[in-house]
Amino acid sequence: MAYALQQLINGLTLGAMYGLIAIGYTMVYGIIGMINFAHGDIFMVSAFIAVTAFTLLAAADVTSIPLALTFVLIVALFFTSAYGWAVERTAYRPLRGSTRLAPLISAIGMSIFLQNAVQLTQGARVKPIPPVIEGGVQLWSTPAFTVQIGWSQLLIIVTTVVLMIAFTWMITQTPFGRQQRACEQDRTMAALLGVNVDRTISLTFMLGAALAAVAGVMVTVYYGVVDFFIGFLAGIKAFTAAVLGGIGSLPGAMLGGLLIGLIESFWAAYLWAEYKDVATFGILCLVLMLRPSGLLGRPEVEKV
Amino acid sequence: MKKTLLATACLALGAYSQTSLADLSVAIAGPMTGQYASVGDQIRRGAELAIADINARGGVLGEKLKLEVGDDACDPKQAVSVANTMVNKNIVFMHGHWCSSSTIPASEVYNEADIPMATVSTNPQVTERGLNNIFRIMGRDDQQGLVAGGYIADHFKGKKVAVVDDKSAYGKGLADEMAKAVEAKGVKPTLRESITAGEKDYSGLVTKLKQAGVEVMAYGGYHTEVALILRQAQAAGLKLTVMSGDTMTNSELVTAAGPAADNVLFTFSPDPRKNPDAAPVVEKFRAAKVEPEGYVLYAYAALQLFEQAANGARSTKYADLEKALRNGSFKTVIGDLSFDAKGDQKAPGFVVYRWQGGQYDYAR
Repeated sequence: MAYALQQLINGLTLGAMYGLIAIGYTMVYGIIGMINFAHGDIFMVSAFIAVTAFTLLAAADVTSIPLALTFVLIVALFFTSAYGWAVERTAYRPLRGSTRLAPLISAIGMSIFLQNAVQLTQGARVKPIPPVIEGGVQLWSTPAFTVQIGWSQLLIIVTTVVLMIAFTWMITQTPFGRQQRACEQDRTMAALLGVNVDRTISLTFMLGAALAAVAGVMVTVYYGVVDFFIGFLAGIKAFTAAVLGGIGSLPGAMLGGLLIGLIESFWAAYLWAEYKDVATFGILCLVLMLRPSGLLGRPEVEKV
Repeated sequence: MKKTLLATACLALGAYSQTSLADLSVAIAGPMTGQYASVGDQIRRGAELAIADINARGGVLGEKLKLEVGDDACDPKQAVSVANTMVNKNIVFMHGHWCSSSTIPASEVYNEADIPMATVSTNPQVTERGLNNIFRIMGRDDQQGLVAGGYIADHFKGKKVAVVDDKSAYGKGLADEMAKAVEAKGVKPTLRESITAGEKDYSGLVTKLKQAGVEVMAYGGYHTEVALILRQAQAAGLKLTVMSGDTMTNSELVTAAGPAADNVLFTFSPDPRKNPDAAPVVEKFRAAKVEPEGYVLYAYAALQLFEQAANGARSTKYADLEKALRNGSFKTVIGDLSFDAKGDQKAPGFVVYRWQGGQYDYAR
């Protein structure tokens, strides 16, 4: 029982991070109907920005952890959003009127570009930072097993919950959320009614990137090691999460992320760890066969 | 017929390039980029100094050596294309590749093109396929596993042991051999697990180890994953001793795992830096601000091997080189080398090392 609880905590932490990245995929798909394959690499870029910021802080002898975290988060949010904006502006906007396939190919190109750019400028070696947040609380102690939640795990889960609430509020209650939902339903009509579509799309990309930035900072804090390749696997998993939850649906992305995190950790805990990814993708296939639009997705209505 | 035509063409090309360039091309190949790039770096630095030294001594058979560098990023597909590129560059000798899963497919290409190679890959299959162009200047995983497994059984009596691998040719091979060796000593591994290399989250594995009360993990795989597992084990309050293989010589283990890397045990050939004959070369490396750790001296030795074999045979033709390598005995910075019929080193030795405070030394 204690063991299951510990694996639940592991799975939730992992799932929260997948979910944060998955929201970026799902929002962009919702608004312009394309899969932004460069999103995983935006996440990787933010992890590198976080490492750089942590190194700078260490050089400046900043020892207060809350101060350091806030600073790193702000720096990462700023630069990563700028990356998100620039990627949309250079690689996707010029192709918006063309076929559906063109921005997809452009996204794959962007992903390869970002990966190689980071590899060349930062080197191929892993970049470690010393542990930032150490220790944790013991939740439950049995003679056989002690359930422990690390402060960094707690931070990840709490941050994700707070961000999710803030995001849901923003999409449902604010003028920007209304504009975004309008663009999602019908871009031409929204433009006719005075919504600045280009600005809304740019902002969506920046918000997606900002969430990826939070995930990037969390990964850096939690694992302490980053390399130029982390975006690939994380991107694939997050994309899977978005599809599982129903692409285009915000709560769906979060649910998908959590589910994948939990499936991974429980499968590895009780069955064969080497078949973990087989299980994850097997369940994805199963869900898509039974519910083609994902768990919380609405089936697309063909507009005639 | 096709093969002879190709061989004639290669020979003609070879003759042409030799007369026109008057340089002999030798090559190294390994992970120059990717997650094991730091190893590629070691190999390159070792080879560069060796080439400079050999050329300063007048080269091989009066010709200067030129170094070609191939990058396979430890990807078997890329390794084959590197091998083809190298064949087209008319190299006369190859040191590489590093990952067993790259060496195995690439060696077929070199064998076809009659290019002798010296490798440090440790998977038994490297020399078990009857290819006569391969010479292994390192021991094999079955020998390595025997030493590692024996050490675990002798030094950790009564403790629970898990055997974990990363599903790679090298990792699984080594882990299987370690499992066999501990079982032979009457210790039954509590867990046998595999992980996916390249991931970041191993908390699932760590929790599983903690639940099973495992204190010793015999790991087959590379240093990057070990660093993450150790860090996450420390965070979860699990005290874990890791026993692994030659890949742990990489100091990146310590940069990535920090103090958690203390007490990592691994098997490796006796430290060539402690070889008195190697002292002048070690000095040279240190003067150039290169610590000759890990594979640096192996790369140096591989090129010494070529120099001595070619000078001894007075030829760089494959048949002569192969005969010279097979029958000769060579004095290198990693000790005396001679090979058996399969191409394995005749007297390989493995010893157990321990990381402590950012340095590794013989474990007592």
